[in-house]
Amino acid sequence: MRLVVDLNRCQGYAQCAFLAPEVFAMHGEESLLYDPNPGTDGEADAELRENVTRAVAACPVRAILLELADGRAGDGPGGAS
Amino acid sequence: MTVDGSLERLKREGRIVVVGASLAGLRAAETMREKGFTGSLTMIGDEPYEPYDRPPLSKQVLLGRAGPERTALPRRRDIEAAWRLGVPATGLDMAARRVRLADGDEVEYDRLLIATGVRARPWPQADEAALDGVFVLRTRDDAAALEQKLAAGPGRVLVIGAGFTGSEIASACRERGLPVTVAERGAAPLVGALGGVVGEVAAEMHREHGVDLRTGIMVTRLEGDATGRVRVAHLSDGTTLEADVVVVSLGAMRNTEWLAGSGLGAGPRGIACDAGCRAFDIRGIVTDDIYVAGDVARSPHALFGYQFLSLEHWGNAVAQAETAAHNMLSESADRRPHLWVPAFWSSQFGVNIKSVGVPSMGTEILIAQGSRDERRFTGVYGYQGRVIGAVTFDQSRWLQFYERLIEETAPFPPTFTTVDRRPEGNRPMPADFPDPSVPTHGPTITLSGYSPADRRMTFTPAHH
Ligand SMILES: Cc1cc2nc3c(=O)[nH]c(=O)nc-3n(C[C@H](O)[C@H](O)[C@H](O)COP(=O)(O)OP(=O)(O)OC[C@H]3O[C@@H](n4cnc5c(N)ncnc54)[C@H](O)[C@@H]3O)c2cc1C
Ligand code: SF4
Repeated sequence: MRLVVDLNRCQGYAQCAFLAPEVFAMHGEESLLYDPNPGTDGEADAELRENVTRAVAACPVRAILLELADGRAGDGPGGAS
Repeated sequence: MTVDGSLERLKREGRIVVVGASLAGLRAAETMREKGFTGSLTMIGDEPYEPYDRPPLSKQVLLGRAGPERTALPRRRDIEAAWRLGVPATGLDMAARRVRLADGDEVEYDRLLIATGVRARPWPQADEAALDGVFVLRTRDDAAALEQKLAAGPGRVLVIGAGFTGSEIASACRERGLPVTVAERGAAPLVGALGGVVGEVAAEMHREHGVDLRTGIMVTRLEGDATGRVRVAHLSDGTTLEADVVVVSLGAMRNTEWLAGSGLGAGPRGIACDAGCRAFDIRGIVTDDIYVAGDVARSPHALFGYQFLSLEHWGNAVAQAETAAHNMLSESADRRPHLWVPAFWSSQFGVNIKSVGVPSMGTEILIAQGSRDERRFTGVYGYQGRVIGAVTFDQSRWLQFYERLIEETAPFPPTFTTVDRRPEGNRPMPADFPDPSVPTHGPTITLSGYSPADRRMTFTPAHH
């Protein structure tokens, strides 16, 4: 999994940290720290995926961009050129 | 619809080349595909990695909470590109519409997007910069090497320059329990970006967290031991400091050298483009087929008197990339201006610092909400009687409100009262920015006047 949080948009509501604490954590009162590439590529960690997906959906300002892809056919370095 | 169908042809079978395969390049490429571009897309990047995110490098990565190799950016969609990674572009032939690569290849384009960003300004003495233990922080590789060194538990880390990145590095070191000295030429950390009133708060944050902060000080020389490892830094006050890790955090340099001699309006201050992201040539004439986005761009902004603005901001790279991509595939009447209000965040010493607008244009500041002593406040910057910027320390929920004031060019000082206004917020203070002619470390916003050509030019009137 890969994700990025638009921290200009994020308002530190911490819903994500509540729903997927393995990936999102508050640091101080308002700062959000997150793991940009959680889980292991290629391996389906169903629970982690579900938690992160729920966190994305719960963010009130829709600041989280998530890509569930494990490897990318025909794209990315080593892909088609 | 086009009169001659050329736009349709471009979208169907045109060749688009993107130089700089990072945040701006990737988001632009995705936008082009979203807009129905089905032609060939080539992504050229000198780093050997697919696009990754830089802000975590000085935060999660240095804190040991995410591996530097696990910062790849999520994709919005497949872009079906030909990737040329690990190969820098070395030249541009505008007439032949060709990009030259370091491996001798040439790639032709119908539309070119330049998103080559910036790099860390190196320590000026090359032999000292080459000492083992001396770092900069811009890339994944930089972060990996620095993190490894920090994990080994050095005796003392010296950070040179207390801009945002330098301050974040110092903060991460302290969180790891490492002794840190920060040497800053200015009067306080962040002073170039946020001024002295806020810089004072930043200085207190450093000291409260155990940073040995030395302001008004320059590092004059780095000295290594017999094995070539950095050992001692010499300071401008005549003292020396032992340090086994030195992080040079002196701001950024634009990656424009590869365009030298191409005729494009590119130079040390960036590549000038119009509000629609089209690059200027050195004569000040806008090009039709070359676009610019992200940290390398200088673009005029309506809210700031159409001065050229360079922004080293994540959000700007994304927004400008989207606008550039849209305009590359649009008729002129459908093009959009890049009107993004600058916005930035930083996280250091457990405090969330955010800004909107251009604080560094401000001559005055009003603490509109909260209090500096509590490290939770909103500062509003005024310039010529209007609101020009705002900063929050752990009060980001209010920032949108101030962003609107900037957009509306609302009067300064604000005429309304705010919740949680304290006595210190009753009247504006001088914002206390350093003399703009003295460069500071990493201001992240640079105003660079009105000239599209980034070099000294002699005016030769045409003869008829
Ligand atoms: C440590 C760190 C922390 C940051 N923290 C924040 C933050 O908290 N908030 C915020 O708003 N912003 C932050 N930023 C800034 C943000 O990361 C940048 O604004 C963003 O990366 C700009 O994207 P870009 O694509 O324009 O340029 P870049 O990310 O610089 O990418 C340019 C790419 O082009 C490549 N390139 C250069 N020359 C050539 C060539 N000749 N040929 C081929 N490729 C070339 C470069 O190697 C690079 O890969 C931070 C940056 C760093 C380094
Ligand atoms: S839920 Fe959204 S707004 Fe809240 S902390 Fe997470 S990313 Fe930020």
